[in-house]
Amino acid sequence: MEKFKKVWRNNQHIVRLLIIMVVWLVFMALTRFRKFYTFNNFQTMASQFPEYGIMSMGVMLCMITGGIDLSCVGIANLTSILAAVWMTKLAGQAGVLSAGYYPLIFLLAIVVGTVCGALNGFLISRIRIPPILATLGVNQLLTGICIASTGGAAMSAFPKQFTDSVAGNIGGVVPVRLIVFVVLAVVIWFMLSRTTYGAKLHLLGTSEKVAFYSGLNTTGLLMRTYITSGVYSALGGLMMLATYASARADYGQQYTLQTILIVVLGGVSPNGGKGRLSGVVLAILVLKLLESGINRFQNVSSYYISLIWGGVLILAMMLDYFSDRSRARAR
Amino acid sequence: MAQALLKAVDINKSFAGVHALKNVSLEIMPGEIHCLAGENGCGKSTLIKIISGVYERDSGTIEFNGKQLGKINPIDAITNGIQVIYQDFSVFPNLTVMENLALNTELAAKRRVVSRKRMRRIAEEAVAKINFQVDLDQLVGNLSVAEKQMVAISRALMFNAKLIIMDEPTTALTKKEVQALFQIILKLKEQGIAILFVSHKLDEVFEISERFTIFRSGELVVTGRTADLNEQKFTYYMTGREFQNKPFTAEKVTEAPILSVRDLGLEGHFADISFDLRGGEILGITGLLDSGRSELALTLFGVRPATSGQILRSGKEVSIRSPRDAIRSKIGFVPEDRLSEGLFLPQSIADNIVISEIDKLRTAHRTFDEKKRQAEIDKWVKELAIATPNPDNACATLSGGNQQRVVLAKWLACNPDVLILNGPTVGVDIGSKHDIHAFLQGLARDAGMGIILISDDLPEVIGNCSRLLVLKDGRVTFESSTQDLKEPTILSHMM
Amino acid sequence: MHKTLKKLTGRNESYVFLILLALGLLIQIRSGQFFTGNNLVDIASAMIVPGMFAVGAFLVLISGGIDVSFPALASLAAYATTKSLLDAGYVGGVWLPILMALVIGAILGAFNGLFIGYFDLNAMIITLGASSVFKGFMQGTLESKQLAVIPTGMKAFGTSALFTATNRVSGITSRMPVAFLVFVAVVAVAWFLLNKTYFGRGIYAIGGNPASAKAAGFNVKRTKFFVFVIVGMISAVAGVIRVCMMQQCHPTNMLGMEMNIIAGVVLGGTAITGGAGTLTGCMLGTLLIVMVENSMILIGVPTTWKDVFVGALIVIGTGISAMQVKRASHAADKAKKITGKEAV
Repeated sequence: MEKFKKVWRNNQHIVRLLIIMVVWLVFMALTRFRKFYTFNNFQTMASQFPEYGIMSMGVMLCMITGGIDLSCVGIANLTSILAAVWMTKLAGQAGVLSAGYYPLIFLLAIVVGTVCGALNGFLISRIRIPPILATLGVNQLLTGICIASTGGAAMSAFPKQFTDSVAGNIGGVVPVRLIVFVVLAVVIWFMLSRTTYGAKLHLLGTSEKVAFYSGLNTTGLLMRTYITSGVYSALGGLMMLATYASARADYGQQYTLQTILIVVLGGVSPNGGKGRLSGVVLAILVLKLLESGINRFQNVSSYYISLIWGGVLILAMMLDYFSDRSRARAR
Repeated sequence: MAQALLKAVDINKSFAGVHALKNVSLEIMPGEIHCLAGENGCGKSTLIKIISGVYERDSGTIEFNGKQLGKINPIDAITNGIQVIYQDFSVFPNLTVMENLALNTELAAKRRVVSRKRMRRIAEEAVAKINFQVDLDQLVGNLSVAEKQMVAISRALMFNAKLIIMDEPTTALTKKEVQALFQIILKLKEQGIAILFVSHKLDEVFEISERFTIFRSGELVVTGRTADLNEQKFTYYMTGREFQNKPFTAEKVTEAPILSVRDLGLEGHFADISFDLRGGEILGITGLLDSGRSELALTLFGVRPATSGQILRSGKEVSIRSPRDAIRSKIGFVPEDRLSEGLFLPQSIADNIVISEIDKLRTAHRTFDEKKRQAEIDKWVKELAIATPNPDNACATLSGGNQQRVVLAKWLACNPDVLILNGPTVGVDIGSKHDIHAFLQGLARDAGMGIILISDDLPEVIGNCSRLLVLKDGRVTFESSTQDLKEPTILSHMM
Repeated sequence: MHKTLKKLTGRNESYVFLILLALGLLIQIRSGQFFTGNNLVDIASAMIVPGMFAVGAFLVLISGGIDVSFPALASLAAYATTKSLLDAGYVGGVWLPILMALVIGAILGAFNGLFIGYFDLNAMIITLGASSVFKGFMQGTLESKQLAVIPTGMKAFGTSALFTATNRVSGITSRMPVAFLVFVAVVAVAWFLLNKTYFGRGIYAIGGNPASAKAAGFNVKRTKFFVFVIVGMISAVAGVIRVCMMQQCHPTNMLGMEMNIIAGVVLGGTAITGGAGTLTGCMLGTLLIVMVENSMILIGVPTTWKDVFVGALIVIGTGISAMQVKRASHAADKAKKITGKEAV
C-alpha cells in the first residue's frame, strides 16, 4: 500500500490520466465495442493525433521554462504554404514530385521552424518581451503573411506525391504520421533525460535569476527551446498538409489553445519548472481516445468534445488543488 | 510593581505534530523597548502570530492592557492596540503613500466610496505622528526601503497602538537609516507605546532594548535586563553552545596573486578599485550599504560587467561579462540573497548541488552521466555535513544554515580557485555561522583557495579575514591587515 | 522596478496617443479621408464591441489574472439570448435582450469567478478551460446555428442612429449607432468603480500585492469573484450588441478575438503581471489596434495585409516597452555620480 501511495504521489498526473484512459476504454468496450475496437479506427486515430501531438511537445518545452508558445499554428500554416509552393517548383514541368525530394521538404520545415522559433527566442530572451505577448505577436505576423500571400484562399494545386506518402500507412498497417510522431517524441525524450538540457530547463523554469547566477546560459537555453518548438510546429504543419491535402492561412485555429490544454493536463505547471514528457504524451492519447469515442455515439454531437476537454481541465486543476492542500496539511 | 502591558503565560502551539512553542511566557511593560531574540525556527515568529491573532494558541493565557484575550483574529488584535510590522512591510508598491496609509482605516470603517479629501486627511495625520516628510502622492514602489518602513510604521500608529511588534526591522537598512529608526522608536516610547523588537543582532539588542527574551527550539531560555547581558552569555543563550572564536591568520600564502583588479569601475556604483588576492588568504571588503561593495561582488562575478578597468587571473587579463565567464575563470560566488539568487528552493538538494558543474557530468558521448552525478552529490552532502534524510528532497525543507551549506557545496563542486562570498552568514543561525567560518578558514588554509568575504558584520570580517578593504561612496578609503585592527578605526573610514 | 513601472504607464499613454495621431495624419495625407466626419464615426462604431471587451480584459489584467474566455462567453450569451427570444416570438424593445445578457453573463462569469476567486486557481488555465466549456455548450447542447433573422427589437436597435455623418467628397454616409452610448456607459461605470470605490482600489491592491491586500482588510476571494462576474456581464452585453449591429447571429464569429484585445490593452500600458494600468491607456491601445485593423485600406494597404500590420504592431509595441525598462535602469546608473574620495 505504501509503495502505491509513493508511486501516486510522485506521478499524480500520469496515474490520473491512466485511470481516465482505462475507464474510457472499458466504457467504449461495453457500449460501442464493434464500432470502436476496429483496426481501422485505431489506425485512423493514430494518424490524426500526430499533427497537434507534435506541436504539443514543442509547447511543453516552452511551458517548462515558464513561458508559452502561441505561434504554433502560424508557423504550421506558413510551413504548409511554403511547402506547397516549394513542391510545385521542385516538380517542375512534369508536375510529379519524385521521392528523392522528400527529405528536402522536411528540411524546408526545419528551416522555417528554426527561423520563426529564433524570432520568438530573440524577442523573449534578448528584448525581454513576455512570452505570451511575443508569441502572440509573431503568430499574428505569420498568419498575416499567410493571408497576404494566399489572399485567404486554400492552396490545393500542388503535386500530391509527398502528402499522399505521409498520409499513407507503412505496410498498410502503421501510419507514417505515427512514425514521425514517435521519432520526434524519442528526440525530445533524449534531449530531456539523456542530456543535461532537461535538468537545465527545469531549473531555468524555476528561477531565471538563480539560473543566471548559477552560470547557465539562459539566453542560449531559451533560444534553443523556442527554436525546437518552432521546428516541431513546422513539422506539425507538414502533417496538417498531408491530412487536408491543402494549405490555408486559417487551418488548425483550435490547436493554439488545445496544445496548452494538453500540456497542462499532462502535468506541466503553467508557472514552469515542472513537467514530464510521459504525461504530455498520455494527455495527447487520452484526448484522442475521448474525441474518437464520442464520435461513435451518433446522437451525441461531436461538439461535446470541446465541453469535455474544458471540463476535464478544470477538474484536473481542482484535483491538484485538493491534493496540494492535503499534502501541505500532512507536512 | 507596575502592571504589565502584555502578559503571555505558558503558551503552547503545535502544527501537525511539530511542537513549535512549549510553555513559553513573555512579559512586556507599558512603554518598554523589549527585544525578542532567537535563531530561525525557535518559535519567535509563531508567538508573534499568536499575539496578533493570525494563529490560535493551543493553551496558555494572554492578558493585554488588563484584559484577558480569548480567541482573537487580526482585526481584534488591531482594535486592542496590537500592531505588527512584518519584514516586507505589507505595502502596495503600485498605490500612493496616501492610499497605503488610509486603506486600512477606510476599510475598517466599512467605507465603499473613495473620498480623496478624507484619505488625505487621514494620511497627513498619520505621518505627523512621527514627523515623516514624504510626498503623499508618490507611489510607494518608488520609495527607498527606509521610507517604505516609515509608511508601515505610520500606518501602524493609526489605530491607537499600544504595542508595536517589529519583525527584523533593520535587515535592509543602511547604518544611518538604522539610527533614524532607533530615534523613531525612542520617540514612540515617549508617547507611551511599547515596542517588541525581533532581532538576532547583538549590537542592536544592546543599543536599543531595555529588556530581552531569548527563545531556543520553542522554549523560553532566559528573560532579563539588557544591562546584565554580554556577548558570551548571548551566544550561549541563543545556541546552548560555547564558541571559541579563532581569528584567522594567513599561512602558506601564494607568492603571486591569483586574482588582480586594476582600476575597476562600474558606472554609477564604484570606480578605480585596485587590489590583489593571493591564494591562501581571506580578503575582507566592507562598507555601508551604498558603498558599492555588493556591486563590486557582482562585477567580479560577471552579473554586472565592469565599465572600466581590468580583471587579471594569475597575471593574465580575463574578460568577465557573465557568470559563465566567471565560472570558466574558476571564480565562484555565494550571493547575498540565497533564496532568490542562490538556490532553486522547490528543486531537490541534489539538483541544486550539481547545476553549476553540470556540463562536466557528461559521458564521452555527451549524454548525462548519472553515475558521476550521484557520486558528486554523495560527496558534497557528506563533506559539507548537509543535514537531510534524502538529497532528493526539496531545498525548501532545509533550515537556513543548511541551505547555505548547499550553496557552498554547489560552488565547491566547481573547483574554484577564487571564492567570493557576499554576506554569507546573513539570516544564518549562530551555530551554522561559526561552522561556516571555520569551514572558510579551512578552505583558505588547507586548500589554498583565495577568498573574498564581503560583509558589513565587522566582527565577522575582523575575525575571519587576514586583510581588509574599506569602501566608501564607490572608492577604496582604507586598506590594512586585520591584525590588531579595531572596529572604530574601520567605522571611521566607512562613514 | 516599480519606479520604472510608473514612468512606463505615464509615458506609454503619451506614446500611444502620439502614434495614433501620427497614424491618423499619415492616413489623412495619403487619402484625405481620415479626419472626415464619416470616417471618425466609422472608427467610433468599430470601437464599440472591442472597446467593451477591452474594458473587461483590463479589469482582469489589473487584478493580476488573464481572461481568454470572454469571446466564447459573449457568443454563448448572445446566441442563447437571441435564439430564445426568436423562438418566443419576441417583438419588444432591446432592453430585454440586454437584461437577459446581463443575467447570463453574470452566471457564466461566476463560473470563472468561482474557480479563480474562491479556489485561487491559475486564471489563464481556468478561462482556457471555461472557453472550451462555453463553446462546447453552445455548439453541442444548444446546437447553435447561424441565425439570419433576429428579433425585430434587436434589429431596430442595430440600425438606430444617434446621428449621421456624410462625407461630402465620397458621398458616403456613416451612422453613429445608439449602441455607442452603451459603450460609453460601460467605460463610465468602470471608471467610477476603479477610481471611486474601494472595490475598485481593491482590484489594484490585489494586483499589486495579494498577500498584503488580505492583511489590509480586502476580501480578496470575493473581489476576484465579482471581477469575473462583472466582466461576464460586460462581455455578454457586448455580444448581444454585436448581434444587433451585424443584424444576424453568427455563433463563432467572435471566437479568436481574445488575443488581439489583450494585446491592445497591454499596448496601452497595462502590465501583464497586474497592478498597473489606466483606463485611458486601455482605450488608446485598443483604438490603435482597431484603427490598424480598419483604416489601413485608406492608405492603399489591402485588407489581406491587415494581420501582418497588427502582428508587427504588437511585436514592436511590446518590444519598445520592454526595452524602455532596460534603458531606464541604465540611465539611472549613468546619473549617479561616484563621490568618494581616493584613499591617500
